[in-house]
Amino acid sequence: MKARIPVLAAALLLVVSGCSAGSSASVSAGPDTLSVGFTAEPANFDFTRTDGAAIPQALLYNVYEGLVKLDSQGRVVPLLAKSWTISPDRKTYDFQLRPGVKFSNGAPFTAEDVKFSLLRVKTDWTISIKSTMDVVDHVDVVAPDHARVVLSKPSNGWLFSLTSRLGAMFSPTGVADLATKPVGTGPYVVAARKRGDSVVLKANPAYWGRKPAYSTVVLKYIKDPTALNNALSSNGIDVISAITAPDSIPQFQADDRFQVVQGTSNSEVTLAMNNARAPLNDVRVRQALTYAIDRKALLDTAWAGRGTLIGSMVPPTDPWYEDLSNVYPFDPGRAKAMLTEAGATNLNLRLRIPNLPYAVSAAQVVQSQLADVGVRTTIEPLDFPAVWLKQVFTDHDYDLSIIQHVEARDITTFGKPKYYWGYDSKRVQQLLADADSGTPEQQVADMKQVARQLNTDAAADWLFLFPNVIVAKAKVGGFVQNQVSESFDLTGLAPR
Amino acid sequence: MTAKVLRRVAIFVVSVLVASIVVFLFMAVLPGDPAQVALGVNATPELLAKTRAEFGIDRPLVTQYFDWIGGVLHGDFGRSYVTRDSIGPQLLDRLGVTLWLVGAGMLVALVIAIPAGTFAAVKHRKATGAGVSGLSQIGVAIPAFLAGIILVQIFAVQLRWLPSGGWTPPDQDFGEFVRGLVLPALSLGLVQGAVLTRYVRSAVLDTLGQDYLRTARSKGLRPGQALVRHGLRNASVPVVTVLGLQLATLLIGAVVVERVFVLPGLGSMLLDAVASRDLLTVQGIVLVLVVGVLLVNFVVDVLYTVLDPRLRGS
Repeated sequence: MKARIPVLAAALLLVVSGCSAGSSASVSAGPDTLSVGFTAEPANFDFTRTDGAAIPQALLYNVYEGLVKLDSQGRVVPLLAKSWTISPDRKTYDFQLRPGVKFSNGAPFTAEDVKFSLLRVKTDWTISIKSTMDVVDHVDVVAPDHARVVLSKPSNGWLFSLTSRLGAMFSPTGVADLATKPVGTGPYVVAARKRGDSVVLKANPAYWGRKPAYSTVVLKYIKDPTALNNALSSNGIDVISAITAPDSIPQFQADDRFQVVQGTSNSEVTLAMNNARAPLNDVRVRQALTYAIDRKALLDTAWAGRGTLIGSMVPPTDPWYEDLSNVYPFDPGRAKAMLTEAGATNLNLRLRIPNLPYAVSAAQVVQSQLADVGVRTTIEPLDFPAVWLKQVFTDHDYDLSIIQHVEARDITTFGKPKYYWGYDSKRVQQLLADADSGTPEQQVADMKQVARQLNTDAAADWLFLFPNVIVAKAKVGGFVQNQVSESFDLTGLAPR
Repeated sequence: MTAKVLRRVAIFVVSVLVASIVVFLFMAVLPGDPAQVALGVNATPELLAKTRAEFGIDRPLVTQYFDWIGGVLHGDFGRSYVTRDSIGPQLLDRLGVTLWLVGAGMLVALVIAIPAGTFAAVKHRKATGAGVSGLSQIGVAIPAFLAGIILVQIFAVQLRWLPSGGWTPPDQDFGEFVRGLVLPALSLGLVQGAVLTRYVRSAVLDTLGQDYLRTARSKGLRPGQALVRHGLRNASVPVVTVLGLQLATLLIGAVVVERVFVLPGLGSMLLDAVASRDLLTVQGIVLVLVVGVLLVNFVVDVLYTVLDPRLRGS
């Protein structure tokens, strides 16, 4: 027994040394294979019944396609619809469909599938964002290549939401087992999945559009940011889809094997203030806190200076973006005076944050800067998502919190008085409604008003906009620089 | 002997049942609503209620427990709230990965500890022996994850000899499988090896002082021969005990090492399931781990009696 162990060990060492001779640690078997690292793994493949960003990130635009998609400038552009027209009352949409499109199970894509997919959101989807589709009254199949969608009221938000997973097109013959067998019209199909490790996508041989440059894409799921960086450094992967440890960026910039692509995202890191509860129901107190925080310094500390200061709930890729980041310049003296005027001295606030790295580091800066104006804060990290969602988001049991709001155009949440902001402004609600039903020009004008009003009311303090930082091998090109859609769009990636 | 084993079996079964109740209650009082986590923000109360009913978490705790444990006894661990998959096959898959890791870690530990510990004991009066003891002292103080990070920096990031993480099943590509397992097994095994070295050393030292070894040597055997022929079996009794205890530590170390090396084992499955409040999955994993640890203790107990005939009495 004892004698056998060293023999085994020797055998093991032999195998190891034999294998390592001449081979690299790369999973990229050939030039046609690309391996992309992500931090969040899809729980399953069914984004109609499972929430979270990871599933559409992997599948949308890659495996599933909609009538329209978002480009990296945030514009709605054609995908499965060649073109569309909107009736003068803005309630009827006529979509002309691209011919010759097939689902990966061989079924042809027609207007019947448009009807099936859009109506199915109301009946079969269970995730909460489905309510955006409530405005669909009915869908007519005018011809196999012509679908007409009639809304119960005009809605700009509806067309925009078609660029998200809500607009994904399904075949009635391909929805039997969405959680494990996705069937879409996209350039890739899911070839394999190793839970806790990876998802393998292969090029769809019957794809209607341009063939993707990489015939195999391995999506590697690596939760730990250091492990993710190590995987890229040691040739385990070719791309880090989004850097979650900003301190590591200079190390990649300094190495010519790699490139760093930085753009913007939809992800506003927000200091939420409970508008519904004293003392933060007093606009002077909220403004004072906004003056008290040096957002530039906070960005430097919490995210290595990468990111954009915004001043309201609008990323630069939205058509109504204005730079409002200087409305409340850092002014602790003024903050103190305003707090005194509001009779809000000796404040002690609960800063209840998710236990995520960006929130923890930002919270420490907020705490020390608020202390400088005499506001004491107690930082309480809560297990995310479970406990934060329950206590802060659902029960509104908080004074201050720090969280990224990642959804596109989530400024509309300020129109819901029951949302955890506790913000209730009739003017903002009216402006949001007008913007949704109006022409694109009206929409832009009204949304600017909303953003300014939120800024004036200091409804929250928008600390910074998360950057989108992709790090990749130098040889890979074609990345979507600004992360504005829900998809990690693989379709344009190519060797360069 | 049979009665003794039967008693051990009874204790084992009762322990598992008690553990299952504790695990279940622990999950029930954990803050956070699985339905809310599954549905995300903006979920309506109606949708939440529907989902809770679908998960079965709106029923009384007692009903939930008996449903669960009844299923488990028939080998059915239920379906995950999050992945919508059967939990049982997933558990087996992940357990396989963890067992390879723990097994390889244990192998590394033994390969280090038995020669090093014996050497340190035999040479305990010499500087070399003291040196080995000292090294093991340092090794004990290094946590497995730190060892992992250092090994990755050297062998994966700098030298690029071995992958920094990831898992290839042995039946898919055995070479890649071994290459992927080397660094995690080393980071787990080096530390355990250091711990075990100290136990092996003291066990061998103890044996060296025994009369029967002196007798053996007086018959003309060299010290090494005497130790191998007569001593090691005796010295192995305390070492096996420690090995059993260490196996539990190794399982816990594996949870961390799996995260560092991105191995799809039980540990990483557990962390993900806790974060997403996938209660049934957490219960299943913890139950498997508890049974594993209890099983090891049981086996160690039986092994004792095999190794040491004196313990075979009543």
